[in-house]
Amino acid sequence: MAGIVSYGAYIPVYRLDRALIWQTWGGMPVSGEKAVANFDEDTVTMAVEAGNNCLHGIDREDVDGLFLASTTTPYKEKQCASLVAEALDLKRSTMTADFTNSLRAGTIAIRAALDAIAAGTARKVLVVAADCRLGHPSTEYEQGFGDGSAAILLGNSNIIASVDGSHTHYDDILDFWRLDGDTFVRSWEDRFIINHGYMENIQEAVNDIMEKHGLTPSDFSRAVLYAHDGRRHLQLARRLNFDATTQLQDNMFSTIGNTGAAYTLMMLVAALEETKAGEKILVANYGDGADAFILTVTEEIAKLGDRRGIKYHLPSKLPLPNYDKYLRYRGLIQGFAFFENQSSATISWRDRRWNINCRGGKCLVCGNINFPPQRICMYCQSKDQFEEVRLADRKAKLFTYSKDFLGPSLDSPIILCILDFEEGGRFYAQLTDRDPDNIEDGMPVELTFRWMHSERGIRNYYWKCRPLRVA
Amino acid sequence: MESIKDKVAIVGMGCSKFGERWDCSVWDLVVEAAYEAFEDAGVGPKDMQAAWSGTLGFAGGQSLSYPLKLDYIPITRVENLCGTGLETIRGATYALIAKAYDLVLCVGFEKTKDRGVGGLGSGEPMGGVHPVFGIQGTPPGRYALAATKYLSVYGAEKKHLAMISVKSHYNGARNPKAHLRREVTLEQVLGAPIIAWPLGLFDCCGVTDGAAAAILCRAEDAPKFRNDYITVKALGNASGPGCGKMMTNYDFVHWEETYRATQQVYQQAGIKDPRKEIDLVECHDCFSIAELMCYEAMGFCERGTAKNDIEAGTFALDGEVAFNAGGGLKSFGHPVGASGVREVYEIYKQIQGKAEEPSRQLKNVELGIAHNQGGHPGTFMCSMGIFGVPGR
Repeated sequence: MAGIVSYGAYIPVYRLDRALIWQTWGGMPVSGEKAVANFDEDTVTMAVEAGNNCLHGIDREDVDGLFLASTTTPYKEKQCASLVAEALDLKRSTMTADFTNSLRAGTIAIRAALDAIAAGTARKVLVVAADCRLGHPSTEYEQGFGDGSAAILLGNSNIIASVDGSHTHYDDILDFWRLDGDTFVRSWEDRFIINHGYMENIQEAVNDIMEKHGLTPSDFSRAVLYAHDGRRHLQLARRLNFDATTQLQDNMFSTIGNTGAAYTLMMLVAALEETKAGEKILVANYGDGADAFILTVTEEIAKLGDRRGIKYHLPSKLPLPNYDKYLRYRGLIQGFAFFENQSSATISWRDRRWNINCRGGKCLVCGNINFPPQRICMYCQSKDQFEEVRLADRKAKLFTYSKDFLGPSLDSPIILCILDFEEGGRFYAQLTDRDPDNIEDGMPVELTFRWMHSERGIRNYYWKCRPLRVA
Repeated sequence: MESIKDKVAIVGMGCSKFGERWDCSVWDLVVEAAYEAFEDAGVGPKDMQAAWSGTLGFAGGQSLSYPLKLDYIPITRVENLCGTGLETIRGATYALIAKAYDLVLCVGFEKTKDRGVGGLGSGEPMGGVHPVFGIQGTPPGRYALAATKYLSVYGAEKKHLAMISVKSHYNGARNPKAHLRREVTLEQVLGAPIIAWPLGLFDCCGVTDGAAAAILCRAEDAPKFRNDYITVKALGNASGPGCGKMMTNYDFVHWEETYRATQQVYQQAGIKDPRKEIDLVECHDCFSIAELMCYEAMGFCERGTAKNDIEAGTFALDGEVAFNAGGGLKSFGHPVGASGVREVYEIYKQIQGKAEEPSRQLKNVELGIAHNQGGHPGTFMCSMGIFGVPGR
């Protein structure tokens, strides 16, 4: 039997009041706010966050596959799952794949993971879905789309929710699409795509799976349904005979927004955070067809323990004060940033164990942590006597900092930091997701994987630090 | 080890006007400084037997032979970050003591204003700067890491940093060759825009073009050129292992490399009580915090007590020990290769009583220190020299 073993999610700290977009463009107002990735975040970094949260307390040696699901992978030729796998410290023999080009990518990846586990080629497979889509400026999609990620670990032991049935079908329809070179999502008239795309496809999937398994809506305690938007989500639930208040999983549309390929998985994480053993969950996802799954929650869920998901991230937020800053964060207006060809594929490759995996060297002679890794120990000068240690999840405190207004940044000032780990070792990093007026020596910080800058088409990633999201 | 004290003399010096020299190429600056030195020593380029070229930006011995049209002589181009200028003098001094040559030229220079952007370039070495580790902050951002820490640990205030800048601007206003020649008030310094908290605009040195030159020979030959020559008393260099920003045992409230280089030069020159024996220090004040922590690293006051001496005016022109009487990097900017030689130029002129503006001229100057440190707090290299009247 295969099923869900663990889960995690991530929501960026910044939220944009949709009224700020509407004040610029007018048109159809969409209520609430949306989650916005910081300027140094993208699909890859958000995938790392959710994946790391999901793997908390799990032996990473057991993970045989990593599937990254997204419509917005930053590299179009060059796998992004391999980058995420390195940052998540997964073993080299992990089967990695990008599942892209469909809003349904997350559940397609889950189905492929379940198949691999059933076939015996993998024990555990991590599915990470992340999206950072751009609605066309002035459209309701610009207001509606949000950024976020979710991770689901699938396996055949310690299952917190078994997968008891599944459905899939495809449908060739142009509802949302992008071509190479398109920055914004294209769409056809909403009345057409909602009826013949969203509603009909999910109805077909849900009706089929319930018929196949002899179930009715009242057999489910929760229905996790993809939401086109808040209003259409309720309409869909009515058509499927699910009670909106007692059964329908909250769509978070007014707090996060439609997070694309990550959306249904984020709702699933929110559902798993609240369920108890014995509950039956229906999951239905849409995009170029539809997928559906029947889940039954097991006693194991009580043993999994707290992890960072929706409940952890949703209330922790910083407001984006205006639409201009949103445009800046998404790179839609370019500031002046002066870097002198500071990208090198060779250096990035050579140093991936510390740049991406965040591994320092622990001196076997004196026990001190050297970061970046050294040949000669900084503390005792022993040569080549190191073991690699991963620092990504270690607790740290700010030793000193500065606010650098001169350095090129999409969000000046750069907060330059020296941080010392509680278990020893020092790290030199920028502070992100921060309020510049609320920084002090000694404040606790943690590491977070971020995009640094790009030249020559190379996206340079590294670790920064951030104040704790929840005290 | 043999002492180098008083073995080598400086018999001629030159210094270009420092500033945004938009209309001048780097070669114009080299010619300006070198020819002032030639005239000062009463020699010409054909008399030079060897030369040292100090610059971050221009490769090869051709960086001197080309602008000065030198005649197939040996030229060594040196680079040692902010200490590059002093390193030309160190190389030349040792070659003279070894009697490899009798009369040599040192020129330090930089053209910083041809880049198209403000600020100092990264001085990108061959192979490039590391794409993520090396580029996270600017020079003021790096020094501010020490400033925030120092202020919080020792209870000094932003005003103490500002008082250093007010003092240096006062001195620079009295130096015709300086880039920034305007006095500023404490209120102006404290009210200026922040560049890297807590450092404001006036806590930072300018970005400037400039060149400075020196002509050296062994001390016994010096009287052939002039009577008011000065001699090299000591030369030090301390390059740290470069780990302070990665090692938990660096505290960000002292300059270890400057402290170590100071020990070298005090020992060579026999300095026991710098506050009494040293008349003038031209130190590396790229930022106000840099100068403040030099007071302590060089032993002019105890660690954490600089604010008391700042308030007492100890390091002003009329104080106990003048720091940056010429205006410092604060007023001259920091054309990297030029700065060290330019500092020696101020000591040379002060000893000779030729500080041009009488209000800047110190009395009875016998010993001066020139100092540069380059890199990142905790990962500096430091070059230092002591220069003075012969026999002192």
